[in-house]
Amino acid sequence: MKFGNLVNSFLLVEIVKGFALTLKYMFFMPRVTINYPHEKGPLSPRFRGEHALRRYPNGEERCIACKLCEAICPALAITIEAEPREDGSRRTTKYDIDMTKCIYCGLCQEACPVDAIVEGPNFEFATETREELFYNKDKLLDNGDRWEAQIAANILADAPYR
Amino acid sequence: MDLILQHPYTIWTFWTLLYTVLIVGGVLLAVAYLTYAERKVMGGMQRRQGPMTVGPFGLLQPIADGLKLFSKETIIPSGAHRVVFLMAPMMLFALSLIAWAVIPFDKGWVLANINVGILYLFAVSSMGVYGVIMAGWASNSRYAFLGGLRSASQMVSYEVSMGLIIVCVLLCAGSLNLQEIVLAPRPLWMQVLLFPMFIVFLVSILAETNRAPFDLPEGESEITGGFMVEYSAMAFALFFLGEYANMILMSAMATTLFLGGWLPPFGISALAVVPGIVWFALKTAGILFFFIWARATLPRFRYDQLMRLGWKVFLPLTLVWVVLTAGLLLAFDALPGQGLS
Repeated sequence: MKFGNLVNSFLLVEIVKGFALTLKYMFFMPRVTINYPHEKGPLSPRFRGEHALRRYPNGEERCIACKLCEAICPALAITIEAEPREDGSRRTTKYDIDMTKCIYCGLCQEACPVDAIVEGPNFEFATETREELFYNKDKLLDNGDRWEAQIAANILADAPYR
Repeated sequence: MDLILQHPYTIWTFWTLLYTVLIVGGVLLAVAYLTYAERKVMGGMQRRQGPMTVGPFGLLQPIADGLKLFSKETIIPSGAHRVVFLMAPMMLFALSLIAWAVIPFDKGWVLANINVGILYLFAVSSMGVYGVIMAGWASNSRYAFLGGLRSASQMVSYEVSMGLIIVCVLLCAGSLNLQEIVLAPRPLWMQVLLFPMFIVFLVSILAETNRAPFDLPEGESEITGGFMVEYSAMAFALFFLGEYANMILMSAMATTLFLGGWLPPFGISALAVVPGIVWFALKTAGILFFFIWARATLPRFRYDQLMRLGWKVFLPLTLVWVVLTAGLLLAFDALPGQGLS
């Protein structure tokens, strides 16, 4: 036994095994990283990215200013002000999300009774100034319009599990 | 005027300068792409991609890195000894370049064909430790000082066994001139005899150039970068270039001593149609690949293990091998040169 160990250490058996392993990794194993800006990894339908306010297909905004999202937000990132519109329906006059406060917990979209506020699949919204991250209602509706196709598909894909 | 221009010394100076520029330029280019190769190979072994963004397949990455280092500010710590602090990287860099004067790239392609080439090479590579010690001391920082101490003891320890390995090769070749060492006939039994020494030499040059798994002088995780910790910008770049140029130098040295320099591999004379410098470059690149391969494979040694390996394993082993080589050469009456009979 002891002699075997001696032979092993003189013939560098363990080290040769290690070298063979790294060589195998280099030539016979697929790469696990991707070229990020050019390729992107898969995203779950439940991915919680940048927020968006959705509209109904006829263009009417979904939000009914119930303020459940504002109430549940643990980071106090959402600020809503509301009053009745001319036609009598209750709408928000101000819907702000401070993205620097948001912790992306997804409780706002869970609380929303009309699926108006959602966290979409977009995660590339870095900005150069802090002010650009204080989203207002226009910005959020704009996001909703831009990502609506994907958001709708994601909600549909996740529906059986809810 | 004509007399001066056509004087043999002027012509000699001109050609020597030209060759020097060629060699230095070639070495620096090789260093740049060695860093690229290292990142690519290590990436491959860790199943990553390595640099991909600058240029096709990231081929311009080393140039971008160089530009970045050039444009940064060199910070000199207030407690540092300014002169020594700035001299250390220059010295290390210069030493790693001047050794190239005696390396034969092809038959007759050598800047200084001196008869003590191997001694010169060995002396220059031993001087490198002064650069490291100076850097470690002049930085006036604990980490740098520890790194300098470690590096000094490590390089000195492994130089002893390296010297004995070189003695083995010299016994077989019968010359200190690097070209003659390459050209010396080396029958199969001699190659078998020298093979274990080649392995020990490979391990020793890892330690000599402070490369993983013997990179204790830098030891990022324990002494944050060792003797280089206070250096920035160009001073750091010089260290970096020096270290990589030293790696290439040591690989070239191993190629010359053990792998037959510019000669085609395995003595296949049909392969001699390819220019010798290509074979030389390929063999050197092979050993450099081993450097990177070892870095991607082996974890760092503990310091006492490193010393134990140097003094208690390599030194006795090489010492025994010198005696063995000399004895066998004598017994078979195969001593090169005049011979005993």
